[in-house]
Amino acid sequence: MTEAGPRGGARASDALHRAVSALGERGPLSDQSGPYFGAFGGRFVPEALIAALDELDTAYHKALADPAFGAELERLHRTYTGRPSPLTEVPRFAAHVGQGARVFLKREDLNHTGSHKINNVLGQALLVKRMGKKRVIAETGAGQHGVATATAAALLDLDCTVYMGEEDTRRQALNVARMRLLGAEVVPVTIGSRTLKDAINEALRDWVANVETTHYLLGTVTGPHPFPEMVRDFHRVIGEEARAQLAEETGRLPDAVAACVGGGSNAMGIFSAFLDEPTVRLFGFEAGGEGVETGRHAARFSGGAPGVLHGARSYLLQDQDGQTRPTHSVSAGLDYPSVGPAHAWLHDLGRAEYQPVTDVEAMDAFSLLCRTEGIIPAIESAHALAGALRLGPQSAQWGLDHPPLILVNLSGRGDKDVATAGAWFGLLDETEDE
Amino acid sequence: MSGTATRLRELRDSGRAALVGYLPLGYPDVAGSVEAAKAMVDAGVDIVELGVPYTDPVMDGPTIQRAVEHALETGTRVAQVFGAVEQIAATGAPVLVMTYWNPVLRYGVDAFARDLAAAGGAGLITPDLIPDEGADWLAASDAHDLDRVFLVAPSSTTERLALTAAASRGFVYAASTMGVTGARATVGAQAARLVADTRAAGAELVCVGVGVSTPDQAAEVAGYADGVIVGSALVRTLLDAPDAASGRRALGDLAAALAEGVTGARR
Ligand SMILES: Cc1ncc(COP(=O)(O)O)c(C=O)c1O
Repeated sequence: MTEAGPRGGARASDALHRAVSALGERGPLSDQSGPYFGAFGGRFVPEALIAALDELDTAYHKALADPAFGAELERLHRTYTGRPSPLTEVPRFAAHVGQGARVFLKREDLNHTGSHKINNVLGQALLVKRMGKKRVIAETGAGQHGVATATAAALLDLDCTVYMGEEDTRRQALNVARMRLLGAEVVPVTIGSRTLKDAINEALRDWVANVETTHYLLGTVTGPHPFPEMVRDFHRVIGEEARAQLAEETGRLPDAVAACVGGGSNAMGIFSAFLDEPTVRLFGFEAGGEGVETGRHAARFSGGAPGVLHGARSYLLQDQDGQTRPTHSVSAGLDYPSVGPAHAWLHDLGRAEYQPVTDVEAMDAFSLLCRTEGIIPAIESAHALAGALRLGPQSAQWGLDHPPLILVNLSGRGDKDVATAGAWFGLLDETEDE
Repeated sequence: MSGTATRLRELRDSGRAALVGYLPLGYPDVAGSVEAAKAMVDAGVDIVELGVPYTDPVMDGPTIQRAVEHALETGTRVAQVFGAVEQIAATGAPVLVMTYWNPVLRYGVDAFARDLAAAGGAGLITPDLIPDEGADWLAASDAHDLDRVFLVAPSSTTERLALTAAASRGFVYAASTMGVTGARATVGAQAARLVADTRAAGAELVCVGVGVSTPDQAAEVAGYADGVIVGSALVRTLLDAPDAASGRRALGDLAAALAEGVTGARR
């Protein structure tokens, strides 16, 4: 790895510096382990699940210490996932960012199954084999995590059931068909808001009943310990590769890293390689939906407050009674009322900044990347692209002595979103509309 | 001193287990749920478990989900639980509130405990709070002299049974099977084993819930546990009824039959 280190970037704000160095005294931010990330995280689940969480935690740490596990995961990523994923400079897109910015995309969209989700899924699926369990269950919103789980289940000979909100089975019908082709059972969830959160409720109910034979292959950095820590670790590869690739291309660290944040796994994966670099600004972009002021969004850091959902304490969209509030986003994968506890911790520390991006901004950025670079992104990832477009003007305040270097995690590809985008931009025949 | 434990001991000394009946606040509406709970007590339920409706009840099966969804859609508010507790407690039966943790966190753990105690409530049953995460609830329940009923499950290790037994007050709630609430054809043999293990781990009083729905099952469980907790089967009588009055009658009939099962059990 050839890398210049911090000399490549100007100093970030003093506050950011203080956040990094204060925590540096307690060990690197990137190595924080669960169950708590500051005031966030924990295990707010029925007692019935505690034994399985302990078993998972033990199996995970044993696997980490076993070189054979790392070697097997590395081999699968190289020969099956297609890692390392490329790093692509996007100059025609960058022209719209302004300030002479250079923009690089980490191409998780080119992974097998089309998103970053496979990184975590293969890691957990190998653990399932080690634990001797025969069945996996998963929740899915956009369908990407469900597809990745169904894929790993086929590869490793596991039974697979995927819970998906009925609303999401409609907007991501293509992924429902993919999961079924791969041999998974897809169960549409018809209670509650019929989106990702309700799919997680159903998966948790299944898990409580079948925990002896079944692993819950949770798809993001939320949930009870050890999921936030373990899923982050399985996605570290994104940041590690990107850091080395960017150093090779530019000899520098990025000035800013942008990622979309649903539960927060792709963001945590790419952030983790830069958390302890005080010159690197980290930005998470959440679903602003129709605008935070309309109440129809999934912007936890703008409209939420700390609370408990699905096993962890974190920022949560909730009403005055602590009831989970309905969310909205054009992107199913970001349409979730809570967020990984480590993001809540980074937010409160001031180490990462979280901003909402509206449906309209995301779809504009979606279209822009299609037309300037020939890449159709997932609508989730388009939120990060819209964020990058915003970072151009903001970078004027960063005090850099060079044009900004921005790294964007392109977490997935847009095949699954063609119908949504086609309807959004009025590209479909009338009969197919609505 | 725990009001629930006192009642459980009295019943034990008289040679029988307690019947604990669950209903959610707000089904068919708040006043209706209070009436239903009172009807349940009239029919022979010894201890009432009143559920706070919550958007994400991961420990509950379809029956309770449906009732709770209705309660929320019709505008039931968390703070209404205190008035309801007060009215039900006037029957003389101890009233425990069953609640997922976030509504309590949002209200404020100490404030919730204070208001529950002021309403004459006996304490809380917390399906998604383990003692390990409950430091502020342990403090608040001590300060306001409330019961704290934690759950154990067939998957609980010996260490966790001991930890949970030590943290609980009132009784320990033993989940009969691995799974969510709802009627089952049989109560697993593991329930009896779990009760014995929980006692061996230091619990004086252990009640069994999840999946108990018929008088025969209630009688079976009453043979080895200090209390029999029935939820979904009672809620179902209300869901299936054409109107509130006939719902209360069906509820009363089932509660009476369950009470007969419990009191008839030979210990
Ligand atoms: C392509 C893509 N990006 C991002 C996400 C959001 O998840 P996370 O925030 O865990 O990366 C999803 C979730 O479905 C996704 O499919």
